[in-house]
Amino acid sequence: MFSIPLAWLQLKREKVRLLVALAGIGFAVILMFLQLGFQDALFESAITLHRNIEGDIFLISPQSTSLIAMKSFPERRLYQSLGFAGVKSISPIYIGFGIWKNPFWQGPPAPQTRSILVIGTNPGDDIFAVPGVPENRSKIRLTDVVLFDSASRLEFGPVSEKFKALSPSDPAIRTEVESRRIEIGGLFRLGASFGADGNLITSDLNFQRIFPSRDPSLIDVGVIKLEPGANLEATLERFKNLPGERRVDPNKKPEETKEDFIVGDVRVMSKAAFVAFEQNYWKDSTAIGFIFTLGAAIGFVVGTVIVYQILYTDVADHLAEYATLKAMGYKNRYLLSVVFQEALILSVMGYIPGYILCVGLYNLTRNATSLPLAMTLSRGILVLCLTILMCVISGAIAVRKVQQADPADIF
Amino acid sequence: MANDSIIDIQAVNHYYGSGRLRKQILFEVTTSIEPGEVVIMTGPSGSGKTTLLTLIGALRSTQEGSMRVLGQELLNAPERELVELRRNIGYIFQAHNLLNSLSARQNVQMSIELHSDIPKVRSREMAESMLSAVGLGEWVNQYPSELSGGQKQRVAIARALVCNPKIVLADEPTAALDKKSGRDVVEIMQNLAKKQGAAILLVTHDNRILDIADRIINMEDGRLTSLEVSPA
Repeated sequence: MFSIPLAWLQLKREKVRLLVALAGIGFAVILMFLQLGFQDALFESAITLHRNIEGDIFLISPQSTSLIAMKSFPERRLYQSLGFAGVKSISPIYIGFGIWKNPFWQGPPAPQTRSILVIGTNPGDDIFAVPGVPENRSKIRLTDVVLFDSASRLEFGPVSEKFKALSPSDPAIRTEVESRRIEIGGLFRLGASFGADGNLITSDLNFQRIFPSRDPSLIDVGVIKLEPGANLEATLERFKNLPGERRVDPNKKPEETKEDFIVGDVRVMSKAAFVAFEQNYWKDSTAIGFIFTLGAAIGFVVGTVIVYQILYTDVADHLAEYATLKAMGYKNRYLLSVVFQEALILSVMGYIPGYILCVGLYNLTRNATSLPLAMTLSRGILVLCLTILMCVISGAIAVRKVQQADPADIF
Repeated sequence: MANDSIIDIQAVNHYYGSGRLRKQILFEVTTSIEPGEVVIMTGPSGSGKTTLLTLIGALRSTQEGSMRVLGQELLNAPERELVELRRNIGYIFQAHNLLNSLSARQNVQMSIELHSDIPKVRSREMAESMLSAVGLGEWVNQYPSELSGGQKQRVAIARALVCNPKIVLADEPTAALDKKSGRDVVEIMQNLAKKQGAAILLVTHDNRILDIADRIINMEDGRLTSLEVSPA
């Protein structure tokens, strides 16, 4: 029955209308791609640091909710875990927010100070897989020397440009963090995230100097590396021997609780669970997930309305022709299939330019914001499915008009 | 004799509207049409000609009386059977009602595609030879917007006749045409229908074409008032 592709021929006949329809659908596709892409990128940016810490098991306080809201716990727990079989090394990490003074401040109205994330770690431990850290790690052994994140926001001052322009004879860049004089010893590249606009890495001792009120025996993250070949699950099992009662989140599945549980005053997590812990915080306990999902939903609704308008006008224009087809003996089903074919053709044809444009927009945004934004296969498929669904819904509304085509009216 | 008739109408009444607005359009219409017969139905506007045509063509459900078309009773027939029956009837409308997005050949093929057993190549050949028969052999790939009124009506005739229907129903096919092309269209229709042995029921106001009829019936105020044999 389909040797004449009526749906395609009907669409092709009205070229301007077809182009408008494709532009509308492409717009909806782009809107959905951008909203979902930004959401993923922001979630991704929140866990850049987590991904770049080289460790297999992480200890945090059960009261910590995210990187920006860490509660410290006794360093003793980390040393206790050194006794478990399979554990190769341990490294404590101190995390704190300090007030940074812009060394190149140009006066009001811009404020001179801004809160910056300070990470303290043992300079002998190679735990940051961030470009710039391994080369410069030894410099933070010196008193009050820090490494500055060159991808920090511009509000902290043009530190990285000035640092790169320094000649060996020039004096080092000095400024204040928490009113403590410090010196920039080198640069690394991590990037701003939701919570932190900029980052500093320094030694555990320098961290104590910047935050003298902090108790050095309380740390924020414990990083544990396993022996090569050690079984992660079996080693995690041994952590249940830490002092205190073992508790698990009742909302988690049993296999998840193997990699994420609480013993006494520490929460023990695999690296995957540590990353998920941060991501879930932003997804579930902030407005971000909701906002971007709403944005994508609006794109979906806009697309549905556009496709419906196009299909409805198309059906209304061809109503006499459809009635004629019915008079000739075509069934309603045939006409319905024509409308749905039109919807499918529109969705696929609108998706392709939308996809291509979006890859370009992703590149543009990535360069402008340094957010980790890229097209992924799963998002591509998700949006394609949404586009098809969108067109099918519009088609389902528009076909009601086809059923009105009465062959008796055309005589 | 009644059993041989291709269309047999007995005491058909038809009403529009409901309740107090209910209005009777057809009154006790009784007639029959034999295979191969060319019947012209005349009458003033609003007399119910088109209503009768749509009843015969199974485009409306028969309400009262007996309506047998191609041996099938249409009174109380389910919608599915009506749709099936329509495939065996050729319709020619006042407006050509061609699909504007299809070429002349594709328009004719739409009619052939209803008979799913015909392969695509054969369907093209049938459509093209039918278009040649109506004198449009040179125009098979033109779209309706590129054809004149008479040519469009000829495409519509080709579409109606390509599957050798036993009945052709035409509603004022010449209304929008000038004298010459109107005459051409009717003659083409008559010749082809005769060749295929199809009965034609033609509704018209056009006195210039009455001579092609075997029989003329007249409808007035919902009643078939006269039955006369045509002079020719």
